[in-house]
Amino acid sequence: MEALRKWIQTIFGLLVNGYWAFPFTRAIYQGPLKVICAPGLNCYSCPAATTSCAIGSLQHLLAGLRLSLESGQYYFGLYVVGCLGVLGGLFGRMICGWLCPFGFCQELIHKTPSKKFHIPAILNYLKYGILLIMVILLPLLAVDKFGAGSPWFCKYLCPAGTLEAGIPMLILQPNLRDIIGTLFYSKLSILIGFTLWSVFASRPFCRTACPLGAFYALFAKIQVVRLKFHPEKCTACGACHSVCPMGVKFNESPEDKECITCLACMDRACKVGAISLEVGGLPLCLERGHARTKHEQAP
Amino acid sequence: MAKTTSTPQSHRRARKNPFFVILVFLAMMLAGIATGEPDRVLEQAIQICLGCIGIG
Repeated sequence: MEALRKWIQTIFGLLVNGYWAFPFTRAIYQGPLKVICAPGLNCYSCPAATTSCAIGSLQHLLAGLRLSLESGQYYFGLYVVGCLGVLGGLFGRMICGWLCPFGFCQELIHKTPSKKFHIPAILNYLKYGILLIMVILLPLLAVDKFGAGSPWFCKYLCPAGTLEAGIPMLILQPNLRDIIGTLFYSKLSILIGFTLWSVFASRPFCRTACPLGAFYALFAKIQVVRLKFHPEKCTACGACHSVCPMGVKFNESPEDKECITCLACMDRACKVGAISLEVGGLPLCLERGHARTKHEQAP
Repeated sequence: MAKTTSTPQSHRRARKNPFFVILVFLAMMLAGIATGEPDRVLEQAIQICLGCIGIG
């Protein structure tokens, strides 16, 4: 299952970054596919990006809301929020675990041999503040004299933008190197910080700062595809705790907002079938030793 | 690989709440499409916003 997930992450990463003509054109993809919002965090200023970034698009729509209203256009971000909501309702944070290119990057970096550390649970709440303040409120309320706001998250924080767009654009267009300043170096520092943190802790950006993950986390209790806990089968061995890349103790909080449904606990840890996958409340049983209760296991 | 089977637990009822939520967001998405938001998204996405990626 883990191999399948890695394949899907790789293929999806290549699909949303599938414009490989950019070394020759030295420009970003400008085709019609960019009307589609990528489910994961993937900067649309990346030269190879074929889709748009939902978080970036939402900020731009909110930042330009006053101007659009003045010109009689009603761009409230309904299209982007609607797309994200449909995906969130179906899959929740499973998207983080299976489709997000930036999450995949962090997973690969975390394979670097080193001592590993936990991330304090309190930091998990930071991403909700980032979603509310940097993605919604500041673009909407902090406007210039013309009534235009800024995409605060993209501009001041997003390390995916620096990695996928900032650095590649500086390589492709050397003349841009003359205009970089403090802002670029501060964003580069954030990228380096999260990269180093990813070596020592699993998915630190997803857990502490990703506004997209925060949005999908709101669907944890209702998402259609999710893991189901069977307490009657659980032996409380704690095996599911040790394999979770998000630090979730699944048998203690089965509807945890941090669960990315990577299936590691179900597939690699739980030997007694206490965790299964369900779709809309109905069990989707995988082959591996499920559905045997303690009673059934008894001789 | 994965397959849906009828297990002893399959008497559990299907959850309907997620589908109501999805319908609400689907309606939002359609409302956005009706107001022409995708064109604005596309217009933004095909341009490089240097300030947004920390350059300039």
